[in-house]
Amino acid sequence: MAAVATCGGDAGSAGSAVATASKSNVTSFQRRGPRASGTNDSGPRLVSITGTRPSVRNGQLLVSTGLPALDQLLGGGLAVGTVLLIEEDKYNIYSSLLFKYFLAEGIVNGHTLLVASANEDPANILQELPAPLLDDNCKKEFDEDVYNRKTPESNIKMKIAWRYQLLPKMEIGPVSSSRFGHYYDASKRIPQELIEASKWHGFFLPEKIPSTLKVEPCSLTHGYIKLLQFIQNIIYEEGFDGSNPQKKQKNILRIGIQNLGSPLWGDDICCTENGDSSHSLTKFLYVLRGLLRTSLSVCIITMPTHLIQNKAVIAHITNLSDIVVGLESFIGSERETNPLYKDYHGLIHIRQIPRLNNLVCDESDVKDLGFKLKRKLFTIELYILGLGVNGDKTFFPTTLQSSCKASLKNARAWLFSQT
Amino acid sequence: MFPELNNLLNTTPDRAEQGKLTLLCDAKTDGSFLVHHFLSFYLKANCKVCFVALIQSFSHYNIVGQKLGVNLTMARERGQLVFLEGLKSAVDVFFQPQEKPHPLQFLREANAGNLKPLFEFVREALKPVGSGEAGWTYPVLLVDDLSVLLSLGLGAVAVLDFIHYCRATVCWELKGNVVVLVHDSGDVEDEENDILLNGLSHQSHLILRAEGLATGFCRDVHGQLRILWRRPSQSTSQRDQSLTYQYKIQDRSVSFFAKGMSPAVL
Repeated sequence: MAAVATCGGDAGSAGSAVATASKSNVTSFQRRGPRASGTNDSGPRLVSITGTRPSVRNGQLLVSTGLPALDQLLGGGLAVGTVLLIEEDKYNIYSSLLFKYFLAEGIVNGHTLLVASANEDPANILQELPAPLLDDNCKKEFDEDVYNRKTPESNIKMKIAWRYQLLPKMEIGPVSSSRFGHYYDASKRIPQELIEASKWHGFFLPEKIPSTLKVEPCSLTHGYIKLLQFIQNIIYEEGFDGSNPQKKQKNILRIGIQNLGSPLWGDDICCTENGDSSHSLTKFLYVLRGLLRTSLSVCIITMPTHLIQNKAVIAHITNLSDIVVGLESFIGSERETNPLYKDYHGLIHIRQIPRLNNLVCDESDVKDLGFKLKRKLFTIELYILGLGVNGDKTFFPTTLQSSCKASLKNARAWLFSQT
Repeated sequence: MFPELNNLLNTTPDRAEQGKLTLLCDAKTDGSFLVHHFLSFYLKANCKVCFVALIQSFSHYNIVGQKLGVNLTMARERGQLVFLEGLKSAVDVFFQPQEKPHPLQFLREANAGNLKPLFEFVREALKPVGSGEAGWTYPVLLVDDLSVLLSLGLGAVAVLDFIHYCRATVCWELKGNVVVLVHDSGDVEDEENDILLNGLSHQSHLILRAEGLATGFCRDVHGQLRILWRRPSQSTSQRDQSLTYQYKIQDRSVSFFAKGMSPAVL
């Protein structure tokens, strides 16, 4: 089933450009089996990049978002050359956490980072990244969780619904020593050595000098022009697009832009409905995506869409992005005290998944997803309102790693434990 | 191209109509499979195709085209396909100063520009090149998609003007076809998009509208396709013919069935 032809994908052309620059006749991306990459094969044949793997569906090169649960929802990971847009929750608590997971994943994998922000110094953002869970530590964490969740009767032979016994046992917990997707401890800071060993570029808007680009004054907001120039400069200088003959880059550039569209960037899209720079943000997204498609980079953007006054603009932004994920936290809303939602911190909506190189996309069947910051880990779970045992509305969460059938088994085991 | 869709539209690559404007629109779902269908359809019909691809890159269409049986790289090399890759050109026009007007010149302009450079590009691409030509049947303009132009700051009137000029040149003068895709924003109040959609609906001969199901996401039925044949030039004493089908997109094809007759349900 695996085709031998060059791996498809928007980064394919960049990959082959990189390969020709490196004096070998083989393109960097060839379709391989879906095992985690991370080892450099001997010989010039296949040079794989740490922290990436080809997608099972179409051979597209994927990177992890830093949250394995989110990777699964997005069809395996984030495709190289695409934009992940996160619609911020109301107080920007969980969206900045996802932002940090993304950057931390880049540091752990050795990718180059580019952090852009208008309100926080990138160096400070990097100091606050969560610490990665090493293999033996996280195994211990999950063993405890499994113990708390397992019911004593789950091993009894089932008498009534015996078919469910035949279902495969669900696997909880991360696959240890997987090089794609890591788990992070949100309560600890990343070790200083890891930050110092990583390569990163920061863009802090208040510190940047005026741009020299000859663009007509009102075409794009000043902050956006500077940021685009900065990104394009890094991509060219470090050879992520293969056009620089001196640099032969075989690494991924992870770009993180925080609070794009907020007034601190000079954009009035969150203040008025029909401002002067109403198309500045969409033009920025368009040119940014053009830069990403022709280079080995991937971008995460958090945007306060709940503040955007003109709802049509949100539709435009969604169409111009590849993946759109919306976060809705319960803080401050009436749902915080609602007993139905007591186990969750918020809901997560996967608004759009791209169809890249394909007619179909890996849309997951489950649309009702809740998230919670469980002690130290950010989990995404299928949110079901179940049948109460005594007539009251209780519900049983299941983890997302299982299929629907296995989750039913777990649910059934829970039900039995109540009797 | 999808053979089932050809049957529904009652066309084959050999005997397709000429001089027509086809409007593709999608509401609450992704209608890009229709673009892939028409691209491979016209390439198989041996037409000269000018594809203005504003939303995805060349390799995306190429890989899907290979699944549908056309090779875009080869078509481009032998001159059958003229491909304007919007994303790549946007980077060029934005970062490097241009001497002569670039098709996407409006990205550098502050006020709402016009699409004259883009029209010049299309006209240049599709004009018949003398008698020594490889003998393409008729020219076709394909645009994916027009809503991107609106979101980049152009007005609906500018886009309608562009389509009008294209129709005059491609449909009337060169007896070719024009196929465009527009997103329908639905309940979101996007005035400019509504003006564009209504304006184009009145000018087109064939409207294909892909809609998401009203009941939400379904794994076996991805949406509903409404086909509407129109006669914009003649006074319509008779009603336009309209058909509705539901569809499911698979890896290499799309299967269509009557409403409620999905194989998963029966």
